Amino acid sequence: MGIAERPLPLVEIRELSKVYQRGREAVEVLHHVDLAIPDGDFLALMGPSGSGKSTLLNLIAGLDSPTDGSLRVAGRRIDRMSSGELARWRAAHVGFVFQFYNLLPALSAQKNVELPLLLTHLPAARRRRNALIALELVGILDRASHKPAQLSGGQQQRVAIARAIVSDPTLLVCDEPTGDLDRHSAEEVLTLLQRLNRDYGKTMIMVTHDPKAAEFARRTLHLDKGTLVEQVA
Amino acid sequence: MKYLPLLVAALLRRKARTLLTMLSVTAAFALFGMLDAVRVAFEAPESLIGIDRLIVASRFSIIQPLPLGYLSRIQSVAGVKAITYANWFGGVYQDPKNFFPNFAVDADTYLAMYPELVLPPAERKAFLDTRTGAIVGQALAEQFGWKIGDKIPLQATIFPRKDGSNAWTFDLVGIYGVSDPALRGLERQMLFRWDYFDEGRDPRYRPGTVGWYAVRIDDPTHASRVAGAIDRQFANSADETKTQSERDFQRSFAKQVGDIGLIVTGIMGAVFFTLLLMTGNAMSQSIRERIPELAVLKTIGFSDLAVVGLVLAESGALLVLGGVAGMALAWSTLPAVRDLSAGQLDVTMQPQSWELGLCLIFLIALAVGLPPALKAKRISIVDALAGH
Amino acid sequence: MPWPDTEAIVGGLRKPLRASGLALAVSVGLWAWFTAPLMLLAPVALFAVWLIASTQGRQVLAIAWMGIVTIPQRLGATSVVLVGIAGVVGVCVALQAMAEGFEATLRSAGDDDTAIVLRAGADAELSSGLDRAAVTLIAQAPGILRDDRDVPIASAEVVVVANLPKRSTGTDANVEVRGVGREVWLLRRGVHIIQGRRFKPGLRELIVGRGAQAQFRGATPGSVIRLNNQDWRVVGVFSSGDAHESELWGDAESVGAAYRRNGFQSVTARLVQPQVIERLAAALTHDPRLRVDVQTTRAYYGKQSQRLTQVIRGVGTVVVVIMALGAVFGALNTTYAAVAGRSLEIATLRALGFTAVPVVLAVMLETMALALAGGLLGAGVAWAAFNGYQVSTLGSNFSQVVFQFDVTPALLLQGVQWAVGIGFVGGFFPAVRAASLPVIHALRAQ
Repeated sequence: MGIAERPLPLVEIRELSKVYQRGREAVEVLHHVDLAIPDGDFLALMGPSGSGKSTLLNLIAGLDSPTDGSLRVAGRRIDRMSSGELARWRAAHVGFVFQFYNLLPALSAQKNVELPLLLTHLPAARRRRNALIALELVGILDRASHKPAQLSGGQQQRVAIARAIVSDPTLLVCDEPTGDLDRHSAEEVLTLLQRLNRDYGKTMIMVTHDPKAAEFARRTLHLDKGTLVEQVA
Repeated sequence: MKYLPLLVAALLRRKARTLLTMLSVTAAFALFGMLDAVRVAFEAPESLIGIDRLIVASRFSIIQPLPLGYLSRIQSVAGVKAITYANWFGGVYQDPKNFFPNFAVDADTYLAMYPELVLPPAERKAFLDTRTGAIVGQALAEQFGWKIGDKIPLQATIFPRKDGSNAWTFDLVGIYGVSDPALRGLERQMLFRWDYFDEGRDPRYRPGTVGWYAVRIDDPTHASRVAGAIDRQFANSADETKTQSERDFQRSFAKQVGDIGLIVTGIMGAVFFTLLLMTGNAMSQSIRERIPELAVLKTIGFSDLAVVGLVLAESGALLVLGGVAGMALAWSTLPAVRDLSAGQLDVTMQPQSWELGLCLIFLIALAVGLPPALKAKRISIVDALAGH
Repeated sequence: MPWPDTEAIVGGLRKPLRASGLALAVSVGLWAWFTAPLMLLAPVALFAVWLIASTQGRQVLAIAWMGIVTIPQRLGATSVVLVGIAGVVGVCVALQAMAEGFEATLRSAGDDDTAIVLRAGADAELSSGLDRAAVTLIAQAPGILRDDRDVPIASAEVVVVANLPKRSTGTDANVEVRGVGREVWLLRRGVHIIQGRRFKPGLRELIVGRGAQAQFRGATPGSVIRLNNQDWRVVGVFSSGDAHESELWGDAESVGAAYRRNGFQSVTARLVQPQVIERLAAALTHDPRLRVDVQTTRAYYGKQSQRLTQVIRGVGTVVVVIMALGAVFGALNTTYAAVAGRSLEIATLRALGFTAVPVVLAVMLETMALALAGGLLGAGVAWAAFNGYQVSTLGSNFSQVVFQFDVTPALLLQGVQWAVGIGFVGGFFPAVRAASLPVIHALRAQ
């Protein structure tokens, strides 16, 4: 692969630090991290508890702001945005998949998937159609009218993935997406993510502590005590 | 006591909720304190004082006076030990808003009949010696800043003077207290001499008559027999009498205000319990949320009883703090209520209200704390820790 | 949440500032709502349009809807708040309706066209007294309207109190007996016989007011009432729509004779026109043969209702304020708990890109909808249970005044106003809390 063909990095991180104040003590969770994630990448972030992997993910997803350093996604600096700007930015650019799915129990699968579309100007009919397309894509269209409580863990996570992709975000962010699933469901979900990356070119960042899960990614980065330790596959 | 830090920690766990819950308990008991003060005022005090006294008044109407000549005839009824008489005056001091009961009494026999009015001997003598003399209760004297030697003008509303004017003036010769704090209501009265009043009033306003007689009988158990004997004396005369015990006499007034008092108390009782319902709900919710924590305590080795006790102590602490604060608030705002109602609603919280309130606090603490406490006792440690 | 979030620590200085800002916003909102609720109509209408038309508005509705559909899951807590607010509103409305009813009953007994003359210094008819000479002088005073036969339309009246057993309790209560003059039918034109006939002057006959008939045993046509040991026959029932309905009426001379009275309590007279009251008052008060007070019946009956209305209003205000505070605390508690219970949902929405404003508005909308429902419930119950409810109490003539609770539309609106106010305060602070929940902590708190 030549330098000229290398795609422009979608996510560009320089000297990123994050310090939490816990009582009187300052805890540095991330320590001058540099990282570039190209468009179309599927990156697995691994590391022990407290290594800072979730913090890094939250920063990239615009859920949190760094203490120091710069963070550029698709050419825009997001480390300087206010919380309102971040919210609008997330709505447009980021899709989330959480460990515990975080579906809203009161809404049907389809309504859950429609949620991000409420933030767009799409009319109701289009919102509905897009949600059904996303559900079809994750292979769970037949459960569109079920409430989360009526679905298995694997099915709930697929609904969550459909919700993450329905607004066609730039970036898909997954926080331990298989952490609460049995082996079989986990493999299904990971295969689905892999397919979305391969067939639709979705850029993905996944935090996991499971090496088997990381195998589905294109590459894996290890974090330890707030610094990156790249491992050559 | 060694569990105290645990209790404090539980209460401080969600400070906002603890505070809000306590404040709604406070609101509920502030309301309770005021209502119960009203209720107690409506029912004549359950006191033994005056149990041997009867009131003789006109049978036909409260406004009909009785002839003074009845005095000796009532006295001659078997069972009557002592007698006195009085006449409602209804005078106004400066402004109708300053309402207080004032009436003319036969000084010597009246003070003998009502030993609960405590007057220093010198002042008593002055009252007996001064025709224009008047005595007032401690509370009333304090309210208007009166002291012995003052001249107190009253504007008559019923009885004009001989010269047609309404201005009566009395010399304050004594300030009495009451023998029992529960009777403090009696300290808001003014008494003056009947002979001065009778001589001074416009002759068209039936001099030689009295408003009512008060009679002491030898044995309270004979009350209805003596009352019947008195009323029979005057049956079929121009002025028939109605004799009843002093408490029944007072009660008949409360009954006349009747409906309103009943409705007000009824409505507010319902609201008191609504407020408590809200509080109880918040408290049991707070405890339910903490069931995993309680399971941890049990894992460590706390006995079931200790866990139940801890939960009950928590509900108890909230209710005692909030409830006592509420009743204290009621106690301190009742004077403001008196001013707001232009002196019409003048009640104070009596010891019996405090007692009832404390009982309620105790019962409600149990009612609110017991269900979650028992639930905490029953929880399986394994389930609770797993978050089920 | 195991750790305080950074923002809270860093923002430690801003916190008091923000808190006082919020308190100010709440005070201004409440002030506007209670002083000029109509002023808020336009902004509210605009808000409704915004909700329906804009993207953010749709977000608000979507979030609020999620809150509302989860209400059945927290039915206990929610219904407690509903009932609590309904209780406050119900009591508020009922107490005011009682005061209103009492005031209306006495107020309508008076008008500007009639004047009442009492002995100087008397604060009510019962404590007044006028002898025959005075009564004659008063009737001839200037400004009093005369009938076809040139007789002054004035009624010299005897007011006494009799004991009659109440229907409800069976115990004796004081009833006002009014002996009236022959001109009374022209004087009080609102009085109509609705059953039986008028009493005949000179006979021991009575007519009873509609309210008295309902409240007292024996106050029905055909029965006999004992007044001062004499038998009086009830021959009719009258309506007047005011405080007189609590009274028993008979011929003034006969009633006076029964009570061995040779005088009267008051003279009520119809004026030529309202303006002459001053002339009449001047003429009578400057007459050296008289010692009287003159006022319009409107002024007189206004004063009579003042005392009790003041009591009810004073007590009512204190009680309603305490109760409203209790309800606010309860609503705050429940809404805080609801927000805490939904913190994960709210954080998820925020992660998906929902901004703070829709979250705040949705929580407030939900609480205020709940409060509104409670207010309507309370007002409805108060109306159903108390409107027209007839009671009696001791009036200033030392006798029973019968009146009805008057639940007016204005009172109902006022009740709902209270409810929405409670909902506003109860929802505002939890809503702000919901919006400022730190997203990542809420997401992690499993």
